[in-house]
Amino acid sequence: MMTNPANKPRRHFLGRTGAGTALLALAPGVKLVDLTLAKDEDEPASDETRWGLLVDADRCTTGCRACVSACEEEHALAKTSRTQLDPQWIRKVDLVDESNDRSVSIPLMCQHCEDPPCVEVCPTGASFKRADGMVLVDKHTCIGCRYCMMACPFNARSFVHEEVTGQKSYSPRGKGTVESCTLCVHRVDNDRTPACVESCAVDGHGALTFGDLNDSESTVSKTVRSQPHRELRPDLGLNTGVRYRGV
Amino acid sequence: MDKIRYQVLAGTHTGYRLLLWLLIILIGIGLIAAHHMETQGHWVTGMDNRVVWGLPHVFAIFLILSASGALNTASISSVFGRSDYQPLARLSGLLAVTLLTGGLAVLVLDLGRPDRLVVAMTYYNFSSVFAWNVFLYTGFMLVVLIYLWVMMTPQMRGYVRSVGVVALIWRLILTSGTGAIFGFLVARDAYDTAIMVPLFILMSLSLGMAVFWVSTLTMCRWNGYRVAPELSEKLRRLSAVFVLGVLFLMALHHLTNIYMAHHQGIERFLLVDGGVYPWLFWLGFVLCGSIVPVWWFLDRRFCTPAWTVTTALMVIVGGLCHLYVTIIGAQAYPLRLVSGYRVDSGFYDGEITHYLPTLPELALGIGGVSLALLITMLAVRILPFLPTVTRPLPGSNQG
Amino acid sequence: MTQRLAIVSLMILSFSASSIADVTLPSYPKGKGKYCVEPTDVMRRDHFEYLMHHRQISVHLGVRSKRHSLVGCVDCHASQADDGTYISVNEPGQFCRSCHVYTAVKIDCFSCHAAVPDAVVKQ
Repeated sequence: MMTNPANKPRRHFLGRTGAGTALLALAPGVKLVDLTLAKDEDEPASDETRWGLLVDADRCTTGCRACVSACEEEHALAKTSRTQLDPQWIRKVDLVDESNDRSVSIPLMCQHCEDPPCVEVCPTGASFKRADGMVLVDKHTCIGCRYCMMACPFNARSFVHEEVTGQKSYSPRGKGTVESCTLCVHRVDNDRTPACVESCAVDGHGALTFGDLNDSESTVSKTVRSQPHRELRPDLGLNTGVRYRGV
Repeated sequence: MDKIRYQVLAGTHTGYRLLLWLLIILIGIGLIAAHHMETQGHWVTGMDNRVVWGLPHVFAIFLILSASGALNTASISSVFGRSDYQPLARLSGLLAVTLLTGGLAVLVLDLGRPDRLVVAMTYYNFSSVFAWNVFLYTGFMLVVLIYLWVMMTPQMRGYVRSVGVVALIWRLILTSGTGAIFGFLVARDAYDTAIMVPLFILMSLSLGMAVFWVSTLTMCRWNGYRVAPELSEKLRRLSAVFVLGVLFLMALHHLTNIYMAHHQGIERFLLVDGGVYPWLFWLGFVLCGSIVPVWWFLDRRFCTPAWTVTTALMVIVGGLCHLYVTIIGAQAYPLRLVSGYRVDSGFYDGEITHYLPTLPELALGIGGVSLALLITMLAVRILPFLPTVTRPLPGSNQG
Repeated sequence: MTQRLAIVSLMILSFSASSIADVTLPSYPKGKGKYCVEPTDVMRRDHFEYLMHHRQISVHLGVRSKRHSLVGCVDCHASQADDGTYISVNEPGQFCRSCHVYTAVKIDCFSCHAAVPDAVVKQ
């Protein structure tokens, strides 16, 4: 489902408003993505935006894998019988509070840190942070040394252990390189939300919210500024783009 | 008055020929394994998304550390002016180059995309220690080759000291870089500490001397020469000091960790109940790789070449066990994802990862060691590395 | 003497004949539409420059223009079998492969990139 950029005028505010209303109608009270000005296809990503993801653990149920399935389908992440070798860009993690045995379930993906350890250690610069905060792997220059996988505090990265076939045109991936959650950069660059966020909303849970942390009107930005929430491993000072509530 | 003369190895000894053929076969098997890994992908190894660096890295880091430490004898003779060490300086330099070659070969062939070596040499992110290491490793080889050249060219002898100083400083930086690979990682409880740097420096000295002992004594035996007992004793004492140094820093590292509540989990795993890792640590590294070798290096009853080689081999095995625990044990232990919570998932979070090395990995690692030894054995037949006289020159510092 | 001459001439002729027979000029199914995004001779000379530049700006900067993108190439140049399924551009006799075999330049693109458009994929 790719929009055809050739037909897209520079600002189609009315069209987006219409689409936004339709999305809101799906899950009342849940804002999926806040309407920012469209990025034209020839424009580079800008550091005026910082993409963030808010996870509301109270709305996330143990055993639900909608976000994981959506990601696997979106990026054609084929599974094998060798589960420890399979790619996992997003995974469900079950947490049990050690003080009171309260259990909570959260999705865990690349945290898109502001100060990413994986970017620091990559010898070729293949692991990099884009201007708008997304932490990505340039697979053209990745040599598969796996140093970034050693450095990631969240085990967020996967290594492609065998040959890949049936890739989607917007999500190239191949043997011998490292990969991780891209925040569905191919969708976001076309004004859509990540597949996990969309599937969670469509399923009626609404645990995931995507938005611009630099936009003072966005839900993610307001939550980060005024509501209780946390990042994972705050002791590391990474200033992650993914934030959690209810953990 | 004894003058030092150098000569090539005759190469007629049966042991030499047998070992040569064995090494060629092992290198061939290693290359087949590397090709298999590259065409099939890393699923043929025991490495996965949790333990990403496996047995090949243990061998590669061992070879790189030994390369740096093997230069020790040459450094002592050139930089510190101890001419009694001079006869063995050329061999020391040769080993530094060949061991590094073997280590780099293993490292490159284990990459997910070894065909992209050119990319690794042209795209750099200088906040990464790996990027610095590309220059440090290749530069070290160049410096040591120049060092060997000035040692072996009569007209250039005047430059031996200055090049020796450069080589010494370079290898200290190189070994620091190797330690920093792990020391700079905040994510793992077993790393994230500056002590990795001096620890790796001492490990390089200890392992480098051990490899130096095995190679030198073996080649001297083939050529029918004996290292002077006084020199042998000094070098054995030095080896003991280095092994003790490694033991001391390891004890410091672990004791400090044990004082930190959030690091007690990894310490209990590596030292007490982690399965194979405590065995490798206590039996392999501490007992067989450190305590017994220190005793045998210092006790005059074990001073014959055969005993010295045995002791050195034990240090090497202990070093490999130590590196296995350091590199793989640290990855097998789960990450602390969310403090205050127990973690469980379908991606093996909160669980110990069971890593089992496979044959291709072992073949690749052994192939790297064989490559280093093969180049050494061929080089000593082409150029005069081996000393013919090892008695100290008159007037030299007996220390 | 005549015998030797005959043998040598036969050898030369057979080698030249076999080498002529071995040279297959690239032939591949025609792409969609009338023209490519750039003239043919420009593309033949410089297509890799366009692709290298485009991969840099699209991955690192997020510029998603379609003109010089690999996805665009595949969209137009992937041919279809009789039943409508797309054939990979990296298959023998197809667009990318036939020229690259002719020039003996090994390409690496399709170990990661999809060689067919995202519609029905030929299994």
